[in-house]
Amino acid sequence: MKPGHGEVLLAEGDPSVQEDEERLVEEFRRQLDEGMWAAVPVTNSGSGRREAQMVKDFADIPPESERVIFFPRASGG
Amino acid sequence: MLLALLALALIAVVLAMPLAVRRLEQWRAERPRRSERGAAHSLDDLYDPGRERRAEQRARELLRSCVNEEEWGMYRDLGFIRVAGRHARREIDRGARSAYAYLVYPHKPIVAYVPQTGQLLSEYCVEFPDLTGGGGRHRLPASDDVLAKWMALTSDEDRVIRRANMHLIGRQLDPARVRRDLWRLAEWERRRGDRQQVPQSQR
Repeated sequence: MKPGHGEVLLAEGDPSVQEDEERLVEEFRRQLDEGMWAAVPVTNSGSGRREAQMVKDFADIPPESERVIFFPRASGG
Repeated sequence: MLLALLALALIAVVLAMPLAVRRLEQWRAERPRRSERGAAHSLDDLYDPGRERRAEQRARELLRSCVNEEEWGMYRDLGFIRVAGRHARREIDRGARSAYAYLVYPHKPIVAYVPQTGQLLSEYCVEFPDLTGGGGRHRLPASDDVLAKWMALTSDEDRVIRRANMHLIGRQLDPARVRRDLWRLAEWERRRGDRQQVPQSQR
């Protein structure tokens, strides 16, 4: 999510392909270095409800997830 | 006489406008590109009247694809989303209905309240500022702001609440309006419940 623009596609690829994975990891780190938060929308296995899961490392991304959403970190308004 | 001079000046400005625009375009084209980021910012400066509308449309689709169906319906029909609080006041309450919940509005404070009684607890002022060096001129589209709050609350409630500025109800939001929204939410849920029961009773 980019202020003034909304959703912007940063990178896409198949993490099982090494070349794609390197590119995805690089973009993931770049976003976190810029201070963004990363979240993955998931379905809670217990309640069945949708929720988000914050990820701080590329390895933390659930394997079944289709996307990671980066958004500016929250601050007091 | 003065009127004629003003008219002449206006005509001169209008005639000079294409020349000025051309010069501006030349200046933009010849300006050395300091960096990719700098170039991106110069494009940002160009006003695009449809950009915000398109961004909001994309944001609504993204929000719809992430949240629960019930929450999407709530946002579509009422303009806000309710998110249940994760903490229980007592261990015995854990697993039952949430002791408190939040109303998430776009570009407005998050409101904490007690669902059982409707008691309003506090406002949490939180924003997601532009970190890309845009000078804070831009903000997220409304639906992205709601999604960011939803993701922050459902993933790490404590962190977003710690970062927010907490105020008593009434600092930014009118308590009467929030109470009316709670009534609208109750009515919306009642109607939704009725609609879901009708097909079952017809079977």
